Amino acid sequence: MVKNSFIFIVLIGVAAILLNLFADFNGNTELGTIAAHYASKGIEEVGSANLVTSVVVSYRGLDTLGEVTILFLSAAIVGFFLKVDNTDNKNRQLKYTSEILNTASQVLVPIMLLFGAYVFINGHLSPGGGFQGGAIIASGLVLMFIAQPKKEMGHKMINIIESVSGVSFVLLGVAGVLFASGFLDNKILSLGKFGTLFSAGIIPIIYIFVGLKVGSELTGIALSLKENQNEA
Amino acid sequence: MEKFNLENISLSIGILVILVGLWGLLTQKNLIKIVIGFVLFDTGIHIVMVSIGYIKNRTAPIIDSAVDMNNASNLVVDPIPQALVLTAIVIGLGITALMLSYVLKMYQKKKSLDITNYKDLKW
Repeated sequence: MVKNSFIFIVLIGVAAILLNLFADFNGNTELGTIAAHYASKGIEEVGSANLVTSVVVSYRGLDTLGEVTILFLSAAIVGFFLKVDNTDNKNRQLKYTSEILNTASQVLVPIMLLFGAYVFINGHLSPGGGFQGGAIIASGLVLMFIAQPKKEMGHKMINIIESVSGVSFVLLGVAGVLFASGFLDNKILSLGKFGTLFSAGIIPIIYIFVGLKVGSELTGIALSLKENQNEA
Repeated sequence: MEKFNLENISLSIGILVILVGLWGLLTQKNLIKIVIGFVLFDTGIHIVMVSIGYIKNRTAPIIDSAVDMNNASNLVVDPIPQALVLTAIVIGLGITALMLSYVLKMYQKKKSLDITNYKDLKW
């Protein structure tokens, strides 16, 4: 009973804090100074049509590098934690998947991979970006794992793609120090014509690497969870 | 009603989702349900952040035919909370995968998903 009342008190306290936030909030009418700078100067400084992308990749690019590192760390811990020795996988019981799922996955998986690549290549022009595109690619591969559970897929290829794209991201940042004004500066390449595919400097290249990295990390997590099914 | 507009509705929905997630975290005994409570808590925070960045009668922060390039700062909503939420969603996904793998390993060890059977950290 004491424990239940504690839970009740905590919930009431958090609700009171959040209610204060709700009562004081009357809706914004203007952008803050930083946001106004990003919105008005973003086109000439970064050249990306999607302002969220210009904040994520260029203005706050260092934060994105930290975020990619956190995702890498959690994927690495999951991989380390769920490691199975694949010496005797013969006695594993697998159910057959239905004909509908099998056929549908053969049609859908290539389209999903293509759409994921489209989303992260166009991240500076339209809604989307590396993280979203990577998640779409990973969900396509998860559909493939579900439809064909017997198909073995090694971690090696995934690890190579992940490491190469992570290192390339850091090297592009260092190239910003050498050839432009600072770490992750996007003016290594020319900004190009606004609104075209080859514009916004280095942003499309960074987003391609981020997309590959996120896609391979999420696929690796799903693969580790799949390999552990027979032990549970 | 002055409070009955889009940003206040989404803000109150976000607050409710936060409270439901916190209730789930504190009261549930099943480990998977605790993880679900955490995910709801996370999602509620995302909804609150996005609704704080909303500005009435403005459009998404993407410069296209709907947004004049020279007047962008008077036509778009705040891009910074959206960028933050983009970061937070990805990290939330990573943390969720990590928690689920811990749950899987705990289940393999003790064959139980009930948290009252795990007394290692209880004093």
